[in-house]
Amino acid sequence: MKLQINDQDFEVTSSGDTPLLWVIRDELGMTGTKYGCGIAQCGACSVLVDGVVTRSCVTTLDSVEGSRITTIEAIEKDEIGRRVVEKWVQHQVPQCGYCQSGQVMAATSLLKENPDPSDDDIAAAMINLCRCGTYNAIRTAVLDLAGKQEAKL
Amino acid sequence: MNDIFRFETPEFPGDKPVNVSRRGFLRASAAGALVLGFGLPIRARAQTPAMAAGTRVPAFLEIRPDNTVRLLSPFAEGGQGVFTAMAQIVGEELDADPAGFLVETAPAGGDYLVINGKMRITGGSMSVRSSYETMRRLGALARAMLIRAAAERLGVPAGELTTEPGKVVHAGSGRSLSYGELAGDALDLPVPDPAGVALRDPSEFRWIGQPMARLDAHAKSTGQAVFSIDCKVEGMLHAAVQHAPRLGLGVGTIRNEAEIAAMDGVDSVHALPGAVTVVAERWWVAKTAAEALDVEWAETGDLDPRWRPMPADFSTEAYAEQLAAQPGDGQQAEAQGDVAAALGQAGQVIEATYHSQLLHHAQLEPPSALARFNQDGSLDVWLPNQAPEQFRADIAGLAGVEADRINIHSPLLGGFFGRHFLYPSANPYPQAIALARAVKRPVKVIWSREEEFLRDPLRPMAAVRFRGAMGQDGLPVALDAVSICEGPTEAINGRDPDKLDPTALEGLTSKPYAIPNRRIAQNYAQSPAMLAYWRSVGNSMNDFFYETFLDELADSAGQDPYEMRMKLLDGNARLTTLLQAAGELCGGWKRGPFTAEDGSRRARGVAMASPFGSQTAAIAEVSIRDGEVVVHDVWQVIDPGSIVNPAIVEAQVGSAVALGLSQVLLEEAVYENGQPVARNFDAYPILPPERMARVHVRIIESGAPMGGIGEPGLPAVPPAVVNAVSTLTGRRIRSMPLSRQEFKA
Repeated sequence: MKLQINDQDFEVTSSGDTPLLWVIRDELGMTGTKYGCGIAQCGACSVLVDGVVTRSCVTTLDSVEGSRITTIEAIEKDEIGRRVVEKWVQHQVPQCGYCQSGQVMAATSLLKENPDPSDDDIAAAMINLCRCGTYNAIRTAVLDLAGKQEAKL
Repeated sequence: MNDIFRFETPEFPGDKPVNVSRRGFLRASAAGALVLGFGLPIRARAQTPAMAAGTRVPAFLEIRPDNTVRLLSPFAEGGQGVFTAMAQIVGEELDADPAGFLVETAPAGGDYLVINGKMRITGGSMSVRSSYETMRRLGALARAMLIRAAAERLGVPAGELTTEPGKVVHAGSGRSLSYGELAGDALDLPVPDPAGVALRDPSEFRWIGQPMARLDAHAKSTGQAVFSIDCKVEGMLHAAVQHAPRLGLGVGTIRNEAEIAAMDGVDSVHALPGAVTVVAERWWVAKTAAEALDVEWAETGDLDPRWRPMPADFSTEAYAEQLAAQPGDGQQAEAQGDVAAALGQAGQVIEATYHSQLLHHAQLEPPSALARFNQDGSLDVWLPNQAPEQFRADIAGLAGVEADRINIHSPLLGGFFGRHFLYPSANPYPQAIALARAVKRPVKVIWSREEEFLRDPLRPMAAVRFRGAMGQDGLPVALDAVSICEGPTEAINGRDPDKLDPTALEGLTSKPYAIPNRRIAQNYAQSPAMLAYWRSVGNSMNDFFYETFLDELADSAGQDPYEMRMKLLDGNARLTTLLQAAGELCGGWKRGPFTAEDGSRRARGVAMASPFGSQTAAIAEVSIRDGEVVVHDVWQVIDPGSIVNPAIVEAQVGSAVALGLSQVLLEEAVYENGQPVARNFDAYPILPPERMARVHVRIIESGAPMGGIGEPGLPAVPPAVVNAVSTLTGRRIRSMPLSRQEFKA
């Protein structure tokens, strides 16, 4: 089966019911996308499918045939993704870093869909788990990307 | 310079012939770059003379022709920022900008035992404070060697030379040489006497004390950071595991072994102690197959003696009751005055029993291990770990390979929180080693989240019986605490009946308050579940017990909990300053309940802790929404004595607040019928973004001996929250998590 990832075509042999996550990690060797729970709870496996954030651990291979997939490896080639990474660094978001590929994908997807997200939009979109608790830094970075100041107390 | 983790999976040099001359090794290795010192094959290292830990400069530092400094950190990076801190400390004395450092975790070896020159772990919030002087001196030694090399090259006395960041300068002639140009000569020189090098005066620090950006932020924002789970080597197979539902059971029969072994992509099926595993070309195939194995588990009786068989009827709810009812006053850990007499004379004795819960580490990276036996008989293991030498020693026994033929690779940790110590039943490397040997190829084992939650060793649960009384002066006159529990250290290392495990009671002991009659004791109860260290260890629950009971005492006499603590700290300048600062940080202490601008009823709680050599005071503001506690703000002041990077300290306090909130609001590992009820995040919730509080941090550098950073921000948070909730709701709360209860404002 053909898979289009990061503007490249790949011929993959995994069975159609294999989660996209494991095709990306094992068969294609791109390990930036992470496994955390396998049941779409944590979001560490987030990728973009046709520009929309998708949890690849529960997305089967055959469901994304013909779709345009973006993984964290190509995030800086995307103009919005590049800005997200820049703000992630500026606001020193990552700690252990394990969830951050997914967080960056989620933020990129949000801003692609809505360049001017409200607080509520951000809260609704940025739902990936982070065990280091970097949530406040994530929120600050996304608000900055949206051109907004941190709300006063 | 942020691509520090952009490395290919390292190629192991073990099969190559060894040239014990470092020069020879240098020439033989590394395209283009001068690889100085490390990367030395282990047998070459073994033939070098013994030196004090932390002084063999080439074991730690490589300086490349482009002036990039590569540093092998004795400590693992798992989010706490230690790689950046190590670069700041070494760079300060080396006189090289830490922003240009590449940092990796050092392999196992005596040179890296920098904690008191004897050991190393990444834990106990010890990294920076235990190695600060040693790592500064290491930088200074390297600088001295560069100066000597420059003196020879320039033909001038070393005394005429000085350094500027990244270069040695001869002011008299206006000449200079970059460290990159000198490194080849410099690191061949004998290391000077460590006692003879001068350290920089702290008033001249350029990088220590600055909020330097983390070296790994870009790599971690772009998926380039490499964790154990990401490691791969040529010819590697993948393995997945199905563990026995209860520790202590072994494999009886596998009813469908032939069928599973014949599945597409499956290499082989193996029975291991307490587990069945499938080895396959890809992990998803291995996982699907491992879960499909139909196993009859049996009492095989030949399992690792360090494993505690899980009773078939173990239930956390029943166990909590059992702990609370276990009779006895326990073994005394700390006492002052005569608590029995004081309680006997008191008009009113306040009695209460408190509970904590079992907790998962729930680090987001599931455990994995990659093992490879090499043709020369050596063994490489890639695994998340907080103690390379301890793991190497265990692996040596397990694999029958001499320790100096084992290469421990310690990639980045996808969170750790105490998860990656040497726990006998809870690490996948014994499986990876057994499988690699069986299939004669490298094998990487990954535990699914479900398998992790089945084998993750847990933060202990305790019941604490308190008795206390207030004096005429409105201050506590007596406090007696008996904790019925097992400490993590005695659970892991074995119990000495004549000694108390300090990690069982820390946070009940060593409290700073001037209560004239007090006694703290442990009434030992062995845990049926395997136990572990968890971020802030004993303090993670014991400060909750103590600080909430202290509020209970204050309430009994109508005292304000903040003012009462202030009085109990009378004469303690450091902690008075700390508590005052917390009050100022929140805009002035007010307990409430009060009505906030948004119309919600709110209250505040305060708590203090003295964990890991630091001092903390936290204030939390809460309200109730839809029966659930909302924590709006946490203000925390930390006094770690002195610090290296204020930005990282602030980030660590914020992170510790998040984990403290997660514990107090949501988390609890529940067992029924000997099995965990939750096997994934759907049933074991960890703090989601919408439950995070705003966090306000202030750092006080009092100049006291340097304390820890990674853990101290946690212990004061649960009691501050619970004290606030008790104030708001008018009822005392004596157990965590709060999600067990429904609240009305």
